[in-house]
Amino acid sequence: MPSRPKSFSRRWRLAPILRFAYLAFFLLFVLVPIYWMFNTSIKPSDDYLAIPPVWFPDAPTLVHYEAALFAYRGLEGLINSLIISLSATVLSALLGTLMAYSLARYNTGGQHLSFWVLSQRFLPPVGIVLPLFLIYRNLGIHDTRFGLILAYTMFTLPVSVWMMFAYFRQMPKSMEEAALVDGWTRWQAFWRVAVPLAAPGIVAAAVFAFIACWTEFFFALVLTSRNAFTLPTVFRAFIGFQGAQYGEAAALAIVSLGPSIVLGVLAQKHLVRGLTLGAVRG
Amino acid sequence: MAEVKITGLHKRYGAFHAVKGIDLHIPDGEFTVLVGPSGCGKSTLLRTIAGLEEASGGTIEIGGQVVNDHRPRDRDVAMVFQDYALYPHMTVANNIGFGLKARKMPRAEVEKRVTEAARMLGITQLLDRLPRQLSGGQRQRVAIGRAIVRNPRVFLFDEPLSNLDAQLRDEMRGEIKRLHQEIATTIIYVTHDQIEAMTLADRIVLMRDGVIEQQGAPLDLFERPATTFVAGFLGSPKMSFLPGKFLRDGSAAAISLGDVLMPLPPARASIAAADGQLILLGLRPEHLSRAEGPAPVPGHIRQEAVVDLIQPTGSRSYATLRLAGAPAMAELQAHDVSRPGERLAIDINMNRASIFDAQTQRAL
Ligand SMILES: Nc1ncnc2c1ncn2[C@@H]1O[C@H](COP(=O)(O)OP(=O)(O)OP(=O)(O)O)[C@@H](O)[C@H]1O
Ligand SMILES: [Mg+2]
Repeated sequence: MPSRPKSFSRRWRLAPILRFAYLAFFLLFVLVPIYWMFNTSIKPSDDYLAIPPVWFPDAPTLVHYEAALFAYRGLEGLINSLIISLSATVLSALLGTLMAYSLARYNTGGQHLSFWVLSQRFLPPVGIVLPLFLIYRNLGIHDTRFGLILAYTMFTLPVSVWMMFAYFRQMPKSMEEAALVDGWTRWQAFWRVAVPLAAPGIVAAAVFAFIACWTEFFFALVLTSRNAFTLPTVFRAFIGFQGAQYGEAAALAIVSLGPSIVLGVLAQKHLVRGLTLGAVRG
Repeated sequence: MAEVKITGLHKRYGAFHAVKGIDLHIPDGEFTVLVGPSGCGKSTLLRTIAGLEEASGGTIEIGGQVVNDHRPRDRDVAMVFQDYALYPHMTVANNIGFGLKARKMPRAEVEKRVTEAARMLGITQLLDRLPRQLSGGQRQRVAIGRAIVRNPRVFLFDEPLSNLDAQLRDEMRGEIKRLHQEIATTIIYVTHDQIEAMTLADRIVLMRDGVIEQQGAPLDLFERPATTFVAGFLGSPKMSFLPGKFLRDGSAAAISLGDVLMPLPPARASIAAADGQLILLGLRPEHLSRAEGPAPVPGHIRQEAVVDLIQPTGSRSYATLRLAGAPAMAELQAHDVSRPGERLAIDINMNRASIFDAQTQRAL
């Protein structure tokens, strides 16, 4: 259109460039630290704090990985973390789904139970960790994976329940009702209709729970010692009297990123829909 | 195939009384339409019959058996929901067959029945699609297919056509009626559309505020409404109500609207109204026509009226008239009326006029 103001058409050509610049900046913002961590994990100790910084080490080495995984027992921590986080995530998603369904569809506990569930998170963890420590010691589950799984399930459950609760509430009831009239029991309608439809919500809740468990430090520190210790607690050892073991810390950090990335990729498709509480009706 | 008998049915949601004592006997194979304004309890009644809501009082019998305590799956009814309620994660074929699988029917038999139902509804080519890949009308057919494939004792429809556009709605309405003629199963059908109710029903049950206002054959309700509410609900454009006074003099009777006196034909003079009683005269648009010939035919009276508003529809024109001071709608031939302000001689068919007590709003 000839009469269109000039600045208008200029803006249109400017938009993609701005968008690109914004994305590039954001990408750098996210990736540079990760690259720096990786870089640190494979460079010799002398290069850690060298000036000017060493962006590409001449002689990459795996010694930090070896030390972090074996000398510092990072591998054991990794295995513990995987077992504990996955178990707690599965339990939290399973129980959370059941609880949320009951709250959403049966209005269990009236108006207040659902909020009470969430209110469990208002309490600062430090308030319960000591009693929990004493109870665990008496029950003999201190420093066991089981103990930590239990604790993690307990503290991820409120958020799982709330995410699922919101999801079920915005899901039309009529599909489950159709299943009931069609000849299925309540339980079957739940498993065959409600759960598949809520899958994005369940996945989103599970991812949240997993990340919370995977990065949890405080409970792990107090409730475990030599046997059931998790990956985050291993990092403690890298800061000591003789200074910081930057290479080992970076190596273990890179290792600990792995599961999160795998999970993120696997769940991505569901995650977006789950977080936006996407409508089920297509 | 079964009759449905509802006795003294109540449904309360907490303090809210949604269904207030419904008695309804639906013979086997009848097409019953529950109709009424929004919020009158139609869906609640239907869902209580399906077992999706628990009755707060009264009994529901299906096929001579009290089913109050039966789970929905044991009532052997099929329901079509307003939003179709298709299972989004299943193909059309699985949607239709899902109910048969619940009854542990062998796979081959399920397939046979699904194919047959799809053929009946003309959706054979859609069997492998997911619901989100269907148009509104196609989803509607799948929802109906899911119901008929089960061959239930009773079909329940909750406003199945309300999400369709006008043209598709007309088409599906015809198909549902044909379906009923073919399978002759008891159908209870909820709508708030009076045209759907009139065209589909063997019997209309008109509800209001949780009770049945009137029930009967569509034409019965249309021609002999028991209350002004029924009269106003059925028919489009609506019946006009003109306030007046009933006058009786021996065996003769008349209605006075202001200073206009309208004698009643002998057949209508015997209604149970006292001299001087305040009434509402109910006139449907088709009972008012342009005067023809030197004198009105027997039972009609001729009256002068002023045209207020004209709404042409093509073949006919709806004219809002000022008749003895009150507005009344007349359905006239397209060219009977030309402009607002015009004075017209109108013949009023008093044989068909309804007369209501102004106080109770009930027919006299
Ligand atoms: N679960 C519920 N809890 C509380 N009140 C309800 C519930 N379901 C329905 N109601 C109330 O009961 C009344 C009847 O509702 P119902 O859905 O039966 O109306 P309806 O006749 O089907 O109306 P519509 O034509 O709008 O569908 C309404 O006033 C509604 O607000
Ligand atoms: Mg309704």
